[in-house]
Amino acid sequence: MLRNFLIALVLASFGFIFYNLYNSYEPQTELTGIAAHYAENGASEVGAANLVTAVVVSYRSFDTLGEITILFLTAAIISFFLKLSKEDEERVIIHRGTSELLKTASQLLIPLMFLFGIYVFINGHLTPGGGFQGGAIIASAVVLAIMANPNMTINHNVIIWVESISGVSVVLIGVLGIVLGGGFLDSTLDGYGLGEFGTIFSAGTIPIIYSLVGLKVGAELSNILNMYQKSQKEV
Amino acid sequence: MNNEIIYSVIAIGIGSIMLIMAVIAILNNKLSVAIIAAGVVSLFASVLFLLMSAPDVAMTEAAIGSGLSTLIFFYVLNKIKRQNA
Repeated sequence: MLRNFLIALVLASFGFIFYNLYNSYEPQTELTGIAAHYAENGASEVGAANLVTAVVVSYRSFDTLGEITILFLTAAIISFFLKLSKEDEERVIIHRGTSELLKTASQLLIPLMFLFGIYVFINGHLTPGGGFQGGAIIASAVVLAIMANPNMTINHNVIIWVESISGVSVVLIGVLGIVLGGGFLDSTLDGYGLGEFGTIFSAGTIPIIYSLVGLKVGAELSNILNMYQKSQKEV
Repeated sequence: MNNEIIYSVIAIGIGSIMLIMAVIAILNNKLSVAIIAAGVVSLFASVLFLLMSAPDVAMTEAAIGSGLSTLIFFYVLNKIKRQNA
């Protein structure tokens, strides 16, 4: 009785708070402060047609570096906890047969999905999306491959090398920003790298950084899925 | 003006489907049904993000929210089931 009363009280207070928030909300008609600066000068300063990418990879690229680090830590912790013993590793489990439809469709779809993921992160500075989205799309292609062929194994060495090299390269390109540009992770390289607005080779180091981020995210998410798939062998 | 009405009707429809699926995910006794329902919530959320002109968020939500996390939930469910059996 008392418990239900307390729950009702908490719900009522939440309702009160949100009702007040809703009541006092007035949509802004124009951008203010730093957002207005980004919207006005983003194209000329950074040279990216996609303003979201300009903010994520150039103005706030330190946040992006933090996000990459968090994802790396997550993947590392999951691999640590799902590590199998030698006997479990060698065990072969017989899966229920996959449907013919899924197998045939996956052969057609997997290359297309990989291609679309690569397209999304290479064109991150021109069209919506970017490294994280492209990496997630690549990981969904890996999901389809695992579902079509449950006994598939992903080469662990390839994933480790792709991940490490792209991670180190992002930081190195960031250091290049100190030498040539205005500071750590400055994508414009002092205005020399901007190129022609709206083409693939433009916006300084943004396409390179986003491609590396895409490879890294795709490798990490694929690795996590691979670990979960392998952990099914454990009794 | 007419476009706005159509837009609101679609948004309200997607929102109510999301609410129904979320309630199913909480109340259903079968865990596999609950996982699927949680995936459907993410799928419709991504459509809603697209309507709100945030295509990059929609991409992430569709790939991670409804794709990868649903699969990971199923892996964990399978493991728990086998350990309890």
